[in-house]
Amino acid sequence: MPRYSALSLINHAITGNRDWPRAWPNPDPKPSYDVIVVGGGGHGLATAYYLAREFGIRNVAVLEKGYIGSGNAGRNTTIVRSNYMLPGATEFYDFSLQLWNSLSHELNYNVMFSPRGQILLAHSPDALDGAARRGNIMRRHGIAARLLNRQDMQDLVPHLDYRPTARFPIWGGLMQPTAGTARHDAVVWGYARAAAALGVDIIQNCEVTGFLREGGRIVGVETGRGQIRAGKTGIAVAGHTSRLGEMAGLSLPIESHLLQAFVSEPIKPLLDYVIGFGGHGHFYISQSDKGGMVFGGDLDMYNSYAQRGNLPVVRDVAALGVSLMPCLGRVRLLRHWAGVMDMTMDGSHIIDRTPVDGLYLNAGWCYGGFKATPASGWCFAHLLARDEPDKLAAPFSLDRFRRGAMIDEAGVGPIPKLH
Amino acid sequence: MSTGFRLPQGGLIDRNSQYRFSFDGRALTGHAGDSLASALLANGIQFVARSFKYHRPRGIMGAGLEEANALVTLGDGARSLPNAVASTEELHDGLSAHAQHCWPSLNTDFGAVNQLFSSLLGAGFYYKTFMGPGRGPKSWLFYEHFIRRAAGLGKASREPDPDQYETVNTFCDLLIIGSGPAGLEAARIAAEAGLDVILAERDFELGGALLADTGTIERQPAAQWLASQVDRLSKSVNIRVLKRTTAFGLYDGTVAGLVERRDPAQATTIPWRERFWIVRAKRIIIAAGAMERPLLFAGNDRPGVMLASAVGSYLNRWAVAPGRRVVLATTNDSAYATARDLAIAGLSVTLIDSRDRISEPLHRLANNTGIDLRLGQSVRATLGSRHVRTVDIGPANGQGAVGSRLACDIVAVSGGWSPTQHLLSQRGVKPSWNESLQAFLPGRANEPIDCVGSAAGLWRSDDCARSGRAIAAAAAAALGRKAPVEDIPAPGGWETPIRPVRLASDLNLKKIFVDLQHDVTAADILLANQEGYEAPELLKRYTTLGMAADQGRTSAVPALALLSEMANRSVGEIGTTTFRPPFAPVSIGALAGMERDKHLLPIRRSPLHDVVADSGAHMLETGLWMRPWYYPQNAETVDEAYLREMRQTRDAVGICDVSTLGKIAVQGPDAAEFLDRVYVNGFKAMKAGMARYGVMLREDGIVMDDGTSWRLSETEYFMTTTTGNAAKVMAWLEDLLETRWPELRVSLTSVTDQWAGISVAGPHARNLLAANIGELDFANEAFPFMAVRNGVFNGVPCRLARISFSGELAYEVYIGASHGPALWRALRNTAKELGGCAYGLEALGALRIEKGHVGGPELDGRTTLEDLGLGRMASTKKSFIGDVLRQRPDLRRDDRARLVGLVPVTKGEMFKGGAILAEQGQEDGHGLGWVTSVTESPSLGHWIGLGFIQGGLDKWQGKTVLAADPIRGRSTLVKIVAPHFLDPEGTRLHA
Amino acid sequence: MLRIKCPFCGERDHSEFSYGGDANITYPDLAAPMEAWIEAVYRRANPKGPHRERWQHIDGCRLWLIVERDTLTHEIASVTLAKAALAPLVDGQSS
Repeated sequence: MPRYSALSLINHAITGNRDWPRAWPNPDPKPSYDVIVVGGGGHGLATAYYLAREFGIRNVAVLEKGYIGSGNAGRNTTIVRSNYMLPGATEFYDFSLQLWNSLSHELNYNVMFSPRGQILLAHSPDALDGAARRGNIMRRHGIAARLLNRQDMQDLVPHLDYRPTARFPIWGGLMQPTAGTARHDAVVWGYARAAAALGVDIIQNCEVTGFLREGGRIVGVETGRGQIRAGKTGIAVAGHTSRLGEMAGLSLPIESHLLQAFVSEPIKPLLDYVIGFGGHGHFYISQSDKGGMVFGGDLDMYNSYAQRGNLPVVRDVAALGVSLMPCLGRVRLLRHWAGVMDMTMDGSHIIDRTPVDGLYLNAGWCYGGFKATPASGWCFAHLLARDEPDKLAAPFSLDRFRRGAMIDEAGVGPIPKLH
Repeated sequence: MSTGFRLPQGGLIDRNSQYRFSFDGRALTGHAGDSLASALLANGIQFVARSFKYHRPRGIMGAGLEEANALVTLGDGARSLPNAVASTEELHDGLSAHAQHCWPSLNTDFGAVNQLFSSLLGAGFYYKTFMGPGRGPKSWLFYEHFIRRAAGLGKASREPDPDQYETVNTFCDLLIIGSGPAGLEAARIAAEAGLDVILAERDFELGGALLADTGTIERQPAAQWLASQVDRLSKSVNIRVLKRTTAFGLYDGTVAGLVERRDPAQATTIPWRERFWIVRAKRIIIAAGAMERPLLFAGNDRPGVMLASAVGSYLNRWAVAPGRRVVLATTNDSAYATARDLAIAGLSVTLIDSRDRISEPLHRLANNTGIDLRLGQSVRATLGSRHVRTVDIGPANGQGAVGSRLACDIVAVSGGWSPTQHLLSQRGVKPSWNESLQAFLPGRANEPIDCVGSAAGLWRSDDCARSGRAIAAAAAAALGRKAPVEDIPAPGGWETPIRPVRLASDLNLKKIFVDLQHDVTAADILLANQEGYEAPELLKRYTTLGMAADQGRTSAVPALALLSEMANRSVGEIGTTTFRPPFAPVSIGALAGMERDKHLLPIRRSPLHDVVADSGAHMLETGLWMRPWYYPQNAETVDEAYLREMRQTRDAVGICDVSTLGKIAVQGPDAAEFLDRVYVNGFKAMKAGMARYGVMLREDGIVMDDGTSWRLSETEYFMTTTTGNAAKVMAWLEDLLETRWPELRVSLTSVTDQWAGISVAGPHARNLLAANIGELDFANEAFPFMAVRNGVFNGVPCRLARISFSGELAYEVYIGASHGPALWRALRNTAKELGGCAYGLEALGALRIEKGHVGGPELDGRTTLEDLGLGRMASTKKSFIGDVLRQRPDLRRDDRARLVGLVPVTKGEMFKGGAILAEQGQEDGHGLGWVTSVTESPSLGHWIGLGFIQGGLDKWQGKTVLAADPIRGRSTLVKIVAPHFLDPEGTRLHA
Repeated sequence: MLRIKCPFCGERDHSEFSYGGDANITYPDLAAPMEAWIEAVYRRANPKGPHRERWQHIDGCRLWLIVERDTLTHEIASVTLAKAALAPLVDGQSS
């Protein structure tokens, strides 16, 4: 794989950019692999990359039904943070953030990880105490965190609504200075290119239509491009996990819900941080490098696979947006779209073996999948390679619901739409 | 630079009006009926913008939404609007426009230096560099700082948007989007059939393409036909005509989102700037027309290069000739009418048609009007600095050298037309590629949505009108109305087939702009394809093609044509990308409408709101409610006030507004059974006239809510819930009754708003109430702890229970909401006489902490009964919701974090909620637990708190741990004690 | 916007309703074995296609409804009252 660098850009520019090779090849599927990863999103590709890179398993295929990154990897609002409070979650997302820090170099692909700082707003004194608990947990795990008062907020983010007419007064916030955003597509492409360079086959337009079984064990997949055998099969198809699960006879603690995302026209820099609203309902906003205000809110609140959202959430998100940041009123929405989320019963993900031999599960990412991409890939690769979860993945087992060991950051219980 | 001018006659402008406006400070004039673009062109201004990446000079290229170049900033200050499209912006008196995205000025823009590095700045270059030095993200943060400033387009105002927006919710039988020949005829037929019709037109005039059409339609001059249609529309009672209204999105249930802009001339009379129409239509007809596509040649972005249809619009609709010497380059028939009109207007026209043969009538048209027609030729390149000066033309097959160089000041281009079916694409309907028409034609929707006219690929206005009639008649029939049946014409309509768009030449691909707004060139597309980003969506994402504010309206098909040329596959095989809403950018303010500031999620106020305010309360927003926080006297701080309120309550008496508690009337023969199933503890055995504290679990065994339920009779209970969970509990109980236990004869009524509630606590509580509430014996034996009684205040019945959250002798009294203020005033006056006071939320919280009662911070949706020390409440004699799943092993573990009390080891020290409990020296990790609620205790003279610690009291009672609070720079040694700080025996509340 | 035809109130925007999830779940007795409760509370069929689901007309009549809706197209095939005994209250069940 020829390295990307400023120098290589100059060299190629001199030759008219005619010699840039494919970022990843376009192979036909082989009859069999050691490991098949179903799902060519960020998680699937990262899994393949770490399998090859960390665990020495290179006879790997990633099967993608459309083009790589066509699911939630390319539909999210690109926020990367690790401000989690509960045991298991804090450590997992901290590890993920550590991987993010050197990801561009690791992949030799600029994923534009921009730890510009993320602020979770507090709208009451109680909310500030809650933020303090979260911040204390972060600090005790070596994750940078700062508690901000109202004055700090006005200094850092002057364009929020601090007027007396504000619907949700801003008492302060919890800042994670090391959190931020990354370029979502670049993560997909970076992992694809790096995985392919290590020998992984990335096979697009290859939909899995069933599993091959031998004596109760899954030994490969049926696809639109024929049967492909595998020693182990991992699925990383968040949004559609239940469908793959059904093919394997599994009934999972997952519902598919729509999450919409929004981007405005490009404007000159207006907002330097990622802001999360902590009041009634969800709202989060940041500004992309291109200048678009990128924001989102609540789920559409009904099961769906439609990849398109509806007006009530559009209105709610716009209303929260202008109420939080009153200058947004004249900024114009450029596009909105929706992704299909795997919503679990406790709002946390699942990385585990399944009751079916040979089948492994990476699923249930709810809202949080993008920031988890590196750690998810790493932990899933570990599981596939070693047949047992890494200690970071162990809390996110499939049987935690049976044991009563839920990891419920929102504290809303087994109601997927509320996580 | 340009030689543009207004023609002496013609056009749909009001020459009697004169609007003054400015561009970059230059004072200019225009007329009513002008767009900003037409007025600029009339003033000879063509170069108005700089491109996104290379800062190349850009001019007006379109006459409508297809405009990709002419983005400007309008106005100043709080009302400034970045990225306004000059071609769609209606001119008004006083309009000020500015060039944007250039520094220091439009003419001298330093950003143009980027053009020198265009080889370096190819598709996705940023993914290949800006990574070092170092392995961390610091370097990127450094580069990003500059990249962010170089990107963006216009600058948004920082001030709150001062304008008002409204929302209109409405219904109709048929929504028609677009008012060209197809839309107008559809509206006419539908209205005649008796349908309730909404006709939405983006423009400020009805007519669509007819506004610039000098030909005929249905054997009448187009203008005459249009005028009579518009006249008829205005007389029809069942058509609502919305001009200046963009249908931006189609959603489920044939619901459309439209935004209507105010007529700028009425800015002083119409209060709203924009209105958001939510239209629930039974059927929708898309008559949005088609958009012309540009051609691919080097320098096709230069000011002076315009779409042929736009040149025709400026000429015919606005009486503006943007230049004198026009080179018109086309691949199809549509540009001939424009060529004719230009020639008739006296301009010099050279018509370059890439086709080798054309029909006889077109030949005649050219001959008759003196057009210099050159067949089989295409434009290879333009030259000029800030405006096109010459074009090079050569054989259209790309073979052979440049044939000639023509001087010109306008290059009008037509690469064919793309039906405007974005709205249908939003519904997930895939279009199909028609090779002979070189256009994507709309697919069939499963929903009642149809495309008509040019939006369905019909190129002749007669056909458009007929398709509008035919589809509207079918729509009327589907809705049970009668209308004359007509055949739907076939797509197409040109006499000579279109020639597919091809690259004019392989040379200078970096100067062939496919996406004008994002500066994506043919070279970028080639590179992306070469690097493996060949799927259209990957190509779009890698090159950013079609992702600018114009959403690739003019670039999508040319890009696909290029891809198909490279991959040697048809455009149909390659497929297209999905269009997302909104069709055109929509103000976020318009989407929010009135739901902003205090109008967002309306604030709830207790019936006592005004009287507690009279009592001097400082209010606090908690969730949706406004609640009294504390009642300062003599400029007390919150801390001073709540401590005094606690002391007065414990020493004398305090009253507190508890009206916000959820209140549910549970009535029916099975009410007792119902409560037994939802509460962990029993309610059946409790006698009428008594109340009980109850806890309910979620199905997963986690505590959901707590409160008291009062048995009013054998068949009636009065249930209270916490303020925050009131709505949730109500819906949950309704769910259980209707869907799970329909056999239970129970009725639920939310009576939260019907009752005002006041808690009265303290040693003088009995005296205070006895002085105000009649017909009730307050003696201990007559009204014992947990009893429920009725009383009368001023002749108004009220309901009381002797329950205590504070640990004092206490009562809750409820009275009809409208009588609450009088009761409050009476109780407050008596309280004052007794040395008592009103207390707020802060003291309420502190009193319950002293007593060890759990509240919001403890009921965080993750705690079990046992965690809260309430395990013994769970009945073993009955089953209840959550009873099974609470038995799961990890919920029963002894080392779960359990509720404990906390006191500082050094009495004078304080600690705070949110601190982490850990063993001394245990500096990292999750520790042993956390602090939930903290207060200073005036009774004990030091700080106290509640928290959770692994193993609870059994393991930690009397031991010392650290309340670590690194984020607030504090850490306090605390002793673990039982969570009942005051009067654990309950002598006070039984007094 | 989903348009749900409430048998009691008529057709309304879905924003007036609150979604209650899969209607095919049968909840076991309060004292049923653990496995039955885990099945009901945690496992979901989550189909792509027709889905029987519960909605409460929370900003209307507050009745709970059973809605048959396609999770891919969002097309609604039928709406009925969850509590059959209430059916006489409405003119006729919509479908």
